[in-house]
Amino acid sequence: MSIFEYNGSAVVAMVGKNCFAIASDRRLGVQLQTIATDFKRISKIHDRLFIGLSGLATDVQTLYQRLVFRHKLYQLREERDMKPETFASLVSAILYEKRFGPYLCQPVIAGLGEDDKPFICTMDSIGAKELAKDFVVSGTASESLYGACEAMYKPDMEAEELFETISQALLSSVDRDCLSGWGGHVYVVTPNEIKERILKGRMD
Amino acid sequence: MLTQLSTNQDPFENRNRGTRKCRRKKMGLVGKGFAIVAADTSAVHSIMLHKNNEDKIMLLDSHKLVAASGEPGDLISFEFGGLIRVEYVQKNVSLYKFRNGIPLTTAAAANFTRGELATALRKNPYSVNILMAGYDNESGASLYYIDYIATLHKVDKGAFGYGSYFSLSTMDWHYRSDMSVEEAIELVDKCILEIRSRLVVAPPNFVIKIVDKDGARDYAWLQDVTTAAV
Repeated sequence: MSIFEYNGSAVVAMVGKNCFAIASDRRLGVQLQTIATDFKRISKIHDRLFIGLSGLATDVQTLYQRLVFRHKLYQLREERDMKPETFASLVSAILYEKRFGPYLCQPVIAGLGEDDKPFICTMDSIGAKELAKDFVVSGTASESLYGACEAMYKPDMEAEELFETISQALLSSVDRDCLSGWGGHVYVVTPNEIKERILKGRMD
Repeated sequence: MLTQLSTNQDPFENRNRGTRKCRRKKMGLVGKGFAIVAADTSAVHSIMLHKNNEDKIMLLDSHKLVAASGEPGDLISFEFGGLIRVEYVQKNVSLYKFRNGIPLTTAAAANFTRGELATALRKNPYSVNILMAGYDNESGASLYYIDYIATLHKVDKGAFGYGSYFSLSTMDWHYRSDMSVEEAIELVDKCILEIRSRLVVAPPNFVIKIVDKDGARDYAWLQDVTTAAV
């Protein structure tokens, strides 16, 4: 079993009309054993920027702490929040710093940029950015997620429809992956509000 | 007794030991205003039982308990490595209290421990699994699960070791978030019974400690086997 599959994870982000949604599963496992069913993989960097980290849980926590630190410093120096594109470059640089002893996680970054234009991207564990216009996925369930998202995604969805789509895509994909699941955690972010919801799926 | 060699290739398995699971059982759970931690009390090296009344649950300060276990391996210093780390955390927790006048919260102590484990992970990793239980006046009782690779999670019930396969399932069925001390002890007893009945290498003796608003203290020493007097 690969070290990326040690804890099990599934993260997906989708673009809608002036909004985005980011969702993850909630399982924290140690190979075949489930330790917790309320593990948080998605974290808020600021009101219009979220990062979801899949992969080894210890590196998820370490990397998140480093990124929050860097963003807080940025806020002190620049007196404003980081743009999503800038943040993605920051994450990429931090990951590549550890090129020969990497953080074993794959981030999914989702944010609202200038003019409320949604921005999503993912990268591998050494910081190779992959921008997308529609959706990005990562984690042990990534292959199922690619299929489900490709089938269910439509451009320019409103917030409610986007929530339905991303939830169905997440739940149906993690049902095919034994290492992720135990519910879902979905954030739907519009310029005015952040809606956080917990999904109850197949609890196995 | 044969130990199985695992075939995973993760970079942290740089010892020729068996699976990451060990024979040191620990479990903990949170009830109404208290947290309980139980651990086996066997000090084992390879096939030999050195002592069967070893206390593996240390007091971090007046209102915190740490149950730490090292992995079985070729080196004896391993287990000492685990205990030395806990003492290091203990002293740092006290230092904070002396410097700042107030004790660390359980969450802060758990995060500090995780930080130490995470920093050492890519330099000189030590494989200590930790269950940290504590009581804070503001937030009540809490239990933190810290893996040997520094995964931190706040849990209501947790367990390490081969016994976790049995105790986690038992706790999943019987656990309620507002259990009284008596109910929690009954549940711990059920878990210990399950471990003793079903685990082929079940340790005979256990210690149970409790932490609540009155502090951390021993609750019970369950003894099935006493050593011969020498």
